[in-house]
Parts: sequence; C-alpha cells; structure tokens
Amino acid sequence: MLALIPPATLFLFLAPVLVGLAGTLLPAFGYLPAIGATGFSLAPWRSLFDWPGFGSALRLTLSVGVLASLLSLAGAVALVATLSGTRWFARFQTALTPLLASPHAAIALGLAFLIAPSGWIVRLISPELTGWTRPPGDLVTIRDPHGLALVAGLLTKEIPYLAIALTAALGQVPAQRLIACARAMGYSRNTAWLKLVLPRLWPQIRLPFYAVVAYSLSVVDQALVLGPGNPPPLAVLAARWFSDYDLAQYLPAAAAGMLQLGLVVTGLLLCRCVEFALAKTGRHWLERGRRSGMGEWLLPLAAAPTAAVLAAGLLALLALALWSFAASWPFSAALPRSWTLAAWMSASGRLQSSLEATCLIACAATLIALILCLGCLEQESRRARKPGNGVLWLLYLPLLVPQIAFLFGLQVALVRLRLDGTLVAVIWAHLVFVLPYVFLSLADPWRALDPRYARGAASLGASPARILFTVKLPILLRPILVAGAVGVAVSIGQYLATVFAGAGRIATIATEALTLASGADRATIGVLGFAQSVVPLLCYSLALTLPRLIFANRRGLA
Amino acid sequence: MTNDRTSGALALRGVTIRLGGAALIDRLDLVIPPGDVATVMGPSGSGKSSLLAFVAGFLDHHVFKAEGAVLVDGVDVTRERPERRRIGLLFQDDLLFPHLSVVGNLLFGVPADIANRAERQALAEAALADAGLAGFGARDPATLSGGQRARVALMRALLSRPRALLLDEPFSKLDAELRGSFRAMVFEQARLRGLPVLMVTHDPDDAEAAGGVVVRLA
Repeated sequence: MLALIPPATLFLFLAPVLVGLAGTLLPAFGYLPAIGATGFSLAPWRSLFDWPGFGSALRLTLSVGVLASLLSLAGAVALVATLSGTRWFARFQTALTPLLASPHAAIALGLAFLIAPSGWIVRLISPELTGWTRPPGDLVTIRDPHGLALVAGLLTKEIPYLAIALTAALGQVPAQRLIACARAMGYSRNTAWLKLVLPRLWPQIRLPFYAVVAYSLSVVDQALVLGPGNPPPLAVLAARWFSDYDLAQYLPAAAAGMLQLGLVVTGLLLCRCVEFALAKTGRHWLERGRRSGMGEWLLPLAAAPTAAVLAAGLLALLALALWSFAASWPFSAALPRSWTLAAWMSASGRLQSSLEATCLIACAATLIALILCLGCLEQESRRARKPGNGVLWLLYLPLLVPQIAFLFGLQVALVRLRLDGTLVAVIWAHLVFVLPYVFLSLADPWRALDPRYARGAASLGASPARILFTVKLPILLRPILVAGAVGVAVSIGQYLATVFAGAGRIATIATEALTLASGADRATIGVLGFAQSVVPLLCYSLALTLPRLIFANRRGLA
Repeated sequence: MTNDRTSGALALRGVTIRLGGAALIDRLDLVIPPGDVATVMGPSGSGKSSLLAFVAGFLDHHVFKAEGAVLVDGVDVTRERPERRRIGLLFQDDLLFPHLSVVGNLLFGVPADIANRAERQALAEAALADAGLAGFGARDPATLSGGQRARVALMRALLSRPRALLLDEPFSKLDAELRGSFRAMVFEQARLRGLPVLMVTHDPDDAEAAGGVVVRLA
C-alpha cells in the first residue's frame, strides 16, 4: 500500500505537465481536431511571427525576465550576506512572511495602488514636494512600455523566495565558523561570505533560482496588472489568444506557448553555462588570496535598494487594506479622510462565494499533497534509501515549465475526460503546483528527525504504523502545519491554473481579483487583494501558534 | 561447544558484517548468559555500532552485507522485524519523546497486551519510584536533568519487557559522578531481571565495571 504512494504521486503531478505539454505542442503545429484543425503546418508560427507587436513582445519578455531574475538573485544574496549572523536576521525573516504568504497578484495590485500616479506614494509627498494638487497625467509609473513596474512586482515576490531558500541553505553550512576562520587569515567579513559561504550555498539554491528565472520569463498574473498591455509580454499574449472567442487563435497561442517554453529552456541552459564558466574563473579568484575587494562596498550598496523594494512590497499590502476601508480619500491626502466597511459589505456576496471555492480547493489540494508527501517520505525512511538528484529535478518540473506551455494542453485533455470546469479538475491542477512546495518544505525537517527515535520506539515493540502516528507525526507537527500553510498559500495564488482547468467557470479570489483589476473601483480591488493576502497569512500564523498551544508544556519541541 | 541454549541467553552465532569488500566483523561467536554484561570495544569505524544495529535489526542491508544469527533465549530472531525481537536499546542520548510527558514516555513502553489502564499506570508509577523519580510523571522530559532523563530512558526500555538489552555508549554523555551511579543502576537492573546485556563503549572503566566478556574489534 505504502509502496504505491511514490509512483502514484509522480503520476498525479507529472502526468498533467507531460500531457499538457503534448497537448500544446500539437496545436502549435496546426493539429487540434477539437476545432477541426487536422493538418500539420507551420501556419500558427507564421501568424505568431507576423503579429505586428511580436518583436516588441519578445524583447519585453526577455528584458523583464533577465532583469527580474538577476536583480532578485543579487538582492537576495546581498541582503542575506549583510544580515546573516547579526541580530537583525531573525526580524528580517519575520518581515518576509507577509510577502511570502501573499500571492503574486495581490502584491501586484497593491503595488499599483502604491506607485500609480494617483497612488499612495505620490499622495504622501504631494503637494509639499511635487506641487501636484491633482494626479499628474503625463507620468507613467505602472504598465510602462519597458515593463519596469512589472520587474518591481516580480522582485517583491522573488527576493523573499530566494532569501528564504538561502536562509534554509545557510542552516546546513557552518557559515559563522567559515567566516571566523577566513577573518583570522585577514579576509574581510563580506569577502569571506562571498568566497566561502556563497559557493557552498549555491548547489542548494540553484533550482529555486531556476524557478525564479522560469517564472520571471513567463509571468502572467502580475503582468496583467503591472505590465504594458500593447504589446504585452509573450505569455500574456498567449493567454489572451487562448481566451479569444475566435477559436482559430488557439493555434498561434499554442505556438506562443511553445516559444515561451523554448525561451525558458534556453535561459536555463544559459544559466548552466554561466555557472560553469564562473566555477572555472571563480577558482582563480579564490586562489589569488585577495583579502578584500568590491564585495566590501557592493554588498551593502545592493542591500539598501533591496530593502527598499521589500518595504515597498509590505506597503503595497498595507495600501490594499487602506483602500478597502477608505470611505473618502481625496487626492494628495496622505491617508483616507473617513473609514467605512461599505466595500466589504457590497463585495461580501462575491467574496463569500469565491472565498468558499478558494478555501475548498486550497484545503483539498493541500491535504492530498500532505498525505502523498508524508507517504513518500515514510516509504523512503522504511526503505532507508534517499532518492537521487533526478527526483529533485522532477519535483521542480512544474515550477520550471512555463504554465502557459502546458495548461492549455491540460485543458484539452480535461475536456476529453469530461472533467473541465469541475472542482476536481481545478484541485488536480493546483496539486501540480502545491505538491512540490509541500514536499520541499517537509523533506528537510523529516530527514533531519533523529532516526533513533523510531529505532527506540521499535525496540519498545511499536509497529511501524504506530511509530508513524504516535512518534514521528506529533514530533513533526510544526513543520507539517507549516508545509500545509505553504500549500494553501500556493493554491490561493494560482491564477492561470484556475482559469484553464476551471474553464472560466470556477471563480476563486485570484481570478476575481484579476478580472476586476482593470474595471472595478479601488475599494473593491482592495477588498479582494487584501483577502487574498490575509487568508494565507492567517494559515501561517495558525501553523506557528497551534503547535505552541498543543505542546505548551513541552520545551523539547519549542 | 557453544551452549546458546542456555535459557535466557543472548547468543551471536558466526556473525560476519562486511562493508564493501572488507569484513568489519568476522565470524563472531558470543554467548551472554542472563544477567551478564558483554562489552564490545574498538576504535571508531571498527564496526561496533554496526554490530549493535545487526542485533537490534536496524542494519542497512543496502550498505552492509551481514551473515550469522542472533538468538534470544535459544530462538533465532535474525529474520524478525526489530519491533518483534524484544531487544531493548539504550543510546548515548536518552531520546525521550519530546511530545510526551515523562509518564507518557513510560506508558509508550508498557506492552499493549496489558490493556487495563489502571494497571498500566501502576506499572509506570512503580518504575518511576524504582528510579527514584516518584512524582515526576507529569513533568515535561525537557525539564529533567541529564541523569534523571537517562533513568527514565532505562525504565522505559525495561517496561517494554525486553529479553535482552543493548547499550550504545549510554554513559558517555554523563559526567563522571553520574556515570558511575547510573552504570551501577543499569547493571543492577539487568541482573535483577536476568537480562543478557551487550554493551558498546570507548571507556575501559565501563568494561571493567561490567565484569563480563570483552570483545575487541580492530
């Protein structure tokens, strides 16, 4: 029974990706019997390349993707290097939690509230610093043609993600001792960090960084809010064509999805080559023996703007809350003049139904993911065999393959199974993304549990099942709940997966918020965006407080 | 002339453990009569821990190749699962379950066929009193001193009614004063209950105090 769980897990989360890729690849070459296209041709590609904005869309995609991934990495490294080992580090990690818990879309909506010409920042400094008494009409701060606002949106999510990955990796490296050892030889602290600590962290943040590259190149939800509309980035263009009433547009859309996949694969191969080259030249850099260098001033210099970006992310969440409770907020006032619950009341019907669907889907996907992951890990410890590196790559597959390259194909398959537009389909699609995150956050604490607890229990006569339920699961309650909170947060953030698998018929807060993003008033957007951030954040705090209540009298688990 | 049929003895018959090509332990024969303590000594990597893992049933067969038999009271348990062998185990660390109270840890060890709640409770309380810890049942194990925790771990192992006891350097983390008294307590309990004991240690004092056979691994 238990032995069946690992293969079942692999099937459940990899089959949708592979089937979906195939189901998008064929239409890209003109084969989609469902709409009567049965002849293979290059016509979809031709109409993609002939689309008037194609060149700029491609350029935009590449510049946003490259800029966002490199800046995320540099910022996360600079912040963690500067703060690790100081008393600020713990507070820094706490401050990241709201940004980690909030979905991409919610932060994008809040950021738009913050940096728009009529947004909070301009209101705070007007008219004193700017002289503006009405929102400046000629200022473009969001949806700018170069996608800089979109890059900022990506940074507010990807820097915390990489910073947490770096922090987790730091736990497995004797960083402070390495630095002390290097300082005793005359190296400065920052140089020691870059030369000794970072190279040892890299293998563990390689895949998270690749996921950031893939996401930044193919982002859709944030681009709908912060990115330029005409031409949009490639992935948004594909999503737009996939939802066109003209079904013939499916074919060039599929071609765009496949091109997106090609971009990501090329990008990742390029990363690999750069890593290889850096490893060669880096050795020389290490062996030259220079005790200090650019790292001295570069790290703090990069850390400062990074901290500003993260602060903007937190302010963006606050802006959502403010606008959702604002009764009147005339321009250039720093804060709303009066407060009201009206927006919450009027949105309550919409909010309630979408919140119910959201929670149902998130709980189901997370529960299934937890059971599968715990089953896989238990099977792993019973067979005393750790899976190789290949499994880790498989686990990251849904995070590396652009969503737009397989969700359409998945929808086609779901239609054939008569599952499209059902809750089951949406839960399954969410599981594809929830499962890797749940597994990754559960695997380390599980494997770190001293195996002698289980051996001791067995020598007392406890069966494997009893050991699992009465020893391992209770001791690991906290990481299990945290993994659950991560799963819920991931599910609540899913936009494209919900749209495609739900066939537009299932509304969650993510789809509602983005549907309303361009049309509705700010108060309603504030309500939906804020709700989308608050629910995952509540789950996180529950996951952290519940074990403390249950094990109030158990210091060994503190 | 092995007399592994001695009633209540723990016997190893022709135990060989290989890592890669090399034999860590080569055809070891050993009979430990009830109440006796046999000591295994040797440098790190000599196979001491692998031998204990083999006897307890935890040896990783993907890494090690093992032959030979383990007999408890004349019965071959080599193919039994660890939880069916009834061989108690004490580690260097006490490994009390951090999520259970002291008495919860002890009750975990009481065999399930004693179903009566009051009876189980009474056994646990008696064990606590035996260990000089009467009244400590409701405590969080993390609040106990190292010596107290070690005693709870011993009582937990004994409550599960083992037929033999394995000690994996169980005294090495205790300070010198505690070490002597806890060691005496473990050996005393084993003698009282007629348990054969197999001990792995670095400390020649332990071997001397045990007074039984000493196996030296190279």
